[in-house]
Amino acid sequence: MVKIMYASITKKIVMSLVGLFLTSFLVVHMSINLLILFDDTRQLFNEAAHFMATNPFIQTFQWILFIGFIVHIILGLVLQIQNWMARPVGYDRKGSSEMSFFSKYMIHTGAIVFIFLLLHFANFFVKAKFGHLEEITYDSGTFEDLGILVVQLFQDGGYVAFYVIAILLLGFHLEHGFQSAFQSLGLNHNKYTPVIKVVGTLFSIAITLGYIAIPLVIYFS
Amino acid sequence: MDLTLKIWRQASGLDKGKFVNYKVGNISHDASFLEMLDILNEELVIKGDDPVAFDHDCREGICGACSLYINGRPHGPDRGITTCQMHMRNFKDGETIVIEPWRAKPFPVIKDLMVDRTAFDKIIQAGGFVSVRTGGVPDANAIAIPKHDADLAMDAAACIGCGACVAACKNASAMLFVSAKVSQFALLPQGRPEAHERVQKMVAKMDELGFGNCTNTYACEAECPKEISVANIARMNREFLTAKIVAQKA
Repeated sequence: MVKIMYASITKKIVMSLVGLFLTSFLVVHMSINLLILFDDTRQLFNEAAHFMATNPFIQTFQWILFIGFIVHIILGLVLQIQNWMARPVGYDRKGSSEMSFFSKYMIHTGAIVFIFLLLHFANFFVKAKFGHLEEITYDSGTFEDLGILVVQLFQDGGYVAFYVIAILLLGFHLEHGFQSAFQSLGLNHNKYTPVIKVVGTLFSIAITLGYIAIPLVIYFS
Repeated sequence: MDLTLKIWRQASGLDKGKFVNYKVGNISHDASFLEMLDILNEELVIKGDDPVAFDHDCREGICGACSLYINGRPHGPDRGITTCQMHMRNFKDGETIVIEPWRAKPFPVIKDLMVDRTAFDKIIQAGGFVSVRTGGVPDANAIAIPKHDADLAMDAAACIGCGACVAACKNASAMLFVSAKVSQFALLPQGRPEAHERVQKMVAKMDELGFGNCTNTYACEAECPKEISVANIARMNREFLTAKIVAQKA
């Protein structure tokens, strides 16, 4: 079992490294998504999507990313189950100690983000990869119109609401996760830790706002 | 002041246990929390009831014997003190105080509010020491130690091993305790020869005993009566990672 094979700190270190690696994906994905807001013809977005789907480096990297997600999810579950097992009899009075608020809900925010990820996968990735998409022609050539899929999906108020909530929870997950990763890696320093905490908060806010802007702008325009 | 105490009663480790309400009256604001429990126990003994079992020893905050999870906080309200140092002025007249034992799988209840904290001793036995040969008293200034390092080592060594960190942690993790014990040696030259071996053995024992994992929630630091910093946890993570990478297997 994982518990016997790896020490608690080893699991936390792997969790942190993979978590930080996955944030790079969030940045790249968001940058491409935001392109859809810049022109009505969706040319920038469709060209970028085409590049991502055909570039051999990105295609290889994609598999590392999948493994990263799986490791982060499985390790998160293993750690959480061990944590529950460490206190078989709970307290009558709920703990009222001061603590990092979002750290208490990493498994919950993580679980909802995971459900979102599955849905998102079915809605975009599977359709783009295996389904048939409409084609659109620009000056630079003919591309599959992934953009129209996004625009159509974001007409559904219910989906937009779920999207926004899931991203907000992702933001909470990042708010704790970012600075926590550095602590787990042993990078705690009286000069740099306060900076890391501020950067982590700003990063999670930027990611949240960036992702949320897209469905909201499309839905309300 | 008059109080209602909701206390966890459990005859033994095998017993299921339950909460029992007690009334205590005429308690001074200046009484310590344990003195208040002594008064309750005297009344229980007079009535022929079984007194409430709780751990205590020095009653001046240095031995680490007292515990108690009071109103959702280890060692009760107020920062940087043990239960024995806490006074009844922290509570309001007529208040109901919920008193529970530390809750963690490696800390089984012995009786009522007493838990078995042998698990901490086992972690220390695994590597929380410096092996020395006996001989003459070494010169105090033979090894130069920077003041800052000496201070940090002393801060870590202030840990009294009470287990409040485990009790406060939502995961019942012992990382603050173990990291304080690892740090007090890791920071000093005398602790370096065995540093890599020590951190690995102590962490392995901690995991084996069934303590939870650290989520960097920092409730431990907030509740520690000696205000041990979570920077020690980062130091232990660093020591552990370094040991895993550079330590040669025997």
